[in-house]
Amino acid sequence: MHTLIFRTIAPYLASLMVLFSIFVLLRGHNEPGGGFIGGLIAASAFAIYGIACGVAPVRRALYFHPMAISGFGLLVSALSGGVSLFMDMPFLTGQWTEIDVLGLPVDISTVLFFDIGVYFVVVGSITSIALALEEREHA
Amino acid sequence: METILAATVAVFFAVSIYLMLSKHIIRILLGVAIFSNAVNLTIFTAGRVVREVPPIIPEGLDTPDRITANPLPQALILTAIVISFSIFAFLLVLAFRAYQELGTDDTDGMRVAEPEGEALPPLGY
Amino acid sequence: MAIEPGQAVDLSGAMVLAPATPADWLVVGPVAIPIVTGAILLMVRHETRLHAGLAVAGLLAALLCNIGLLARVLDQGPLVMTMGRWLPPFGISFAADALGASLALVATLVAVVCALFATADIGAVGRRYGFYPFMMLMMAGVGGSFLTGDIFNLYVWFEVFLISSFGLLVLGSQHKQLDGATKYAILNLVGTTLFLTATALLYGTFGTLNMADIARKADGLRENAPLTTLAVLYLLAFGMKAAAFPVNFWLPASYHTPRIVTAALFGGVLTKVGVYALLRTLVMLFPPELELLSGLIAWVAAATMVIGIMGALAQTDLRRVLGFVVISGVGVMLAGLALGTSEGLAGTVFYAFHSMIVMTALYLLAGVMNGLGGSYSLSKLSGLYASNPLVAAFALLLMLAAAGLPPASGLWPKVMLVRASLDSGQPWLAFAILATGFLTTLALGRVFILTIWRPRVVAGPETPASPYLGYVALAVLSLPVVVMGLYPDPVISVAERAASAILDAPAYIGTVFPEGAAQ
Repeated sequence: MHTLIFRTIAPYLASLMVLFSIFVLLRGHNEPGGGFIGGLIAASAFAIYGIACGVAPVRRALYFHPMAISGFGLLVSALSGGVSLFMDMPFLTGQWTEIDVLGLPVDISTVLFFDIGVYFVVVGSITSIALALEEREHA
Repeated sequence: METILAATVAVFFAVSIYLMLSKHIIRILLGVAIFSNAVNLTIFTAGRVVREVPPIIPEGLDTPDRITANPLPQALILTAIVISFSIFAFLLVLAFRAYQELGTDDTDGMRVAEPEGEALPPLGY
Repeated sequence: MAIEPGQAVDLSGAMVLAPATPADWLVVGPVAIPIVTGAILLMVRHETRLHAGLAVAGLLAALLCNIGLLARVLDQGPLVMTMGRWLPPFGISFAADALGASLALVATLVAVVCALFATADIGAVGRRYGFYPFMMLMMAGVGGSFLTGDIFNLYVWFEVFLISSFGLLVLGSQHKQLDGATKYAILNLVGTTLFLTATALLYGTFGTLNMADIARKADGLRENAPLTTLAVLYLLAFGMKAAAFPVNFWLPASYHTPRIVTAALFGGVLTKVGVYALLRTLVMLFPPELELLSGLIAWVAAATMVIGIMGALAQTDLRRVLGFVVISGVGVMLAGLALGTSEGLAGTVFYAFHSMIVMTALYLLAGVMNGLGGSYSLSKLSGLYASNPLVAAFALLLMLAAAGLPPASGLWPKVMLVRASLDSGQPWLAFAILATGFLTTLALGRVFILTIWRPRVVAGPETPASPYLGYVALAVLSLPVVVMGLYPDPVISVAERAASAILDAPAYIGTVFPEGAAQ
């Protein structure tokens, strides 16, 4: 896929998709969206970038290895489930608190961190499968 | 509605089992993919189909005031889709690698792990 | 009922309001600790030197948790924790009874030994490709399967350990592994999809997925609902996972292909999860259907044990011999399920403990023998008694154990099962168990004679691998084998507690649904 148009547009498209995936992740609590679908959008962004510009630039852009990213996500999810055990509540009970960001109250919860963890798991694992397949095609 | 869905499930199962009986890995994989979709549709049908009444509790109540659509089957199907999707992705990569390395996708020809015509084990010494 | 805005909602109708106790930590630990360790291992995948230590530490922590859980369950009865405080059956319950907790404990013990053995067996490349993370996630899946109280959640844990086992199986990507893994993956996926099909129909029938809820509603639905169909589907699906006779062919096709420590972990743990799931569904959820199917299960059991061990007699590769011995052991466990009596089930549970430890030890022994003799082939591997008498000692003990001869642990479960079959008026099943013991003695005795007594026929490797770590692993596993053989009373009592835990469904239901909490 070495067309000039695609190669020129792919980095912008990919970054736009990653931004959109974060938006989908964060709106997921009360509206359609969430970690899984957001992660898929981000993973497809990296896949498009890989198809256009090759796998090596994607790996450089990600900096961390995709599997390490999904490991981090798994850790975040598991730990956010464990927070409630310290509050004398069973595993995975949602804990809510409100913080003040620039004068606006923002709800923060362990559920959100669980979803962020899911996002990273999906981004990491799907990107690593996609990159492995693309690498093989180019080899 | 349930009847139509049940008939669709039956067609899905029939197609998937027919494909899985094939000797070629790629057809078996397609069969497995349809098989898991057949099961997802079964879960959907098993959860009873109620349309156009979202399971949302009205303002001021703490239970829904009428029979609503069942949200649980969708959660179950979503889980099952995610799992079968990831396993299917793995299987595709595996089948592709096996095809590249072994040079065949015919299960009759895949005898590397269990070679045919092995010598008998020694009977004594 | 209407509520005013701002008024506090009464949560007791939807949530568990009792504060969590330290017991909750024990139920979650065996699953959460391996997941967290696996996640950390994935993050440090390039620091391969850290892997072994982290994995062993994580598994030891899980082992401690399991010991605490079992002690607590034996002391005070089943332990229940419902995720996210939602009242069961709406929340997903984790319910540890004596059966699940004891099997989880033995499985974790076996995994600790495998992780130790792997420190020498798996090099930096294998670690970078994720041996230890996959192993931890697989153990999380296995622990979750043993402890969960929700049938859909059981399916999820099955898939967790299944997909991790795929990763372990192809690690190294030799041609043989790709071939074996393709068959293993496809057939196991079909098996778990059948499980999901059964669960879909069960949900359509019961409207609930909580196993305690299913057990208490089953009697009321038995008149009209197709419960026999469900029981048969579960029998087929879990029979496939357990490698019971007509659906066992994925096991000998794949278990000899991966690294020996992977094969040891699979051979020890995975088929027993299938047996556990059979016990849980058929004995606890569908007892009348089990009675109806017991004739069929008895035939399947007899065929699995006899045909399995005959397969072992015909093999030239040591690992494939062991694969067939695993299958034959599954047949022995199914015999107790077919009988369905308290003693028969206790025999099955005891045999599961024994089989997990002994099969893992036998595979690890095969690894040590390969390191010393340079081959797995029975026509080449030879002369080990002359070079390493200690291997011969371990081999003798473990083969006696697998064949069910004293002084090792295989004797007592077989005694229990034989007596249970005679008591239930099925002497032919007792005969099949005894004949299997005899054939196992022949099959493994042949292996012993050829590999250990026979003078060396082919020159071994120039520099044999150091067997000392293997000796440590084998010693750790042989200790319970000998102790269970010479002093079986505590284990028999645990097995009997486990059997009564699944036979006594009302007690289990009572813990998940305390009086008056939910209707």
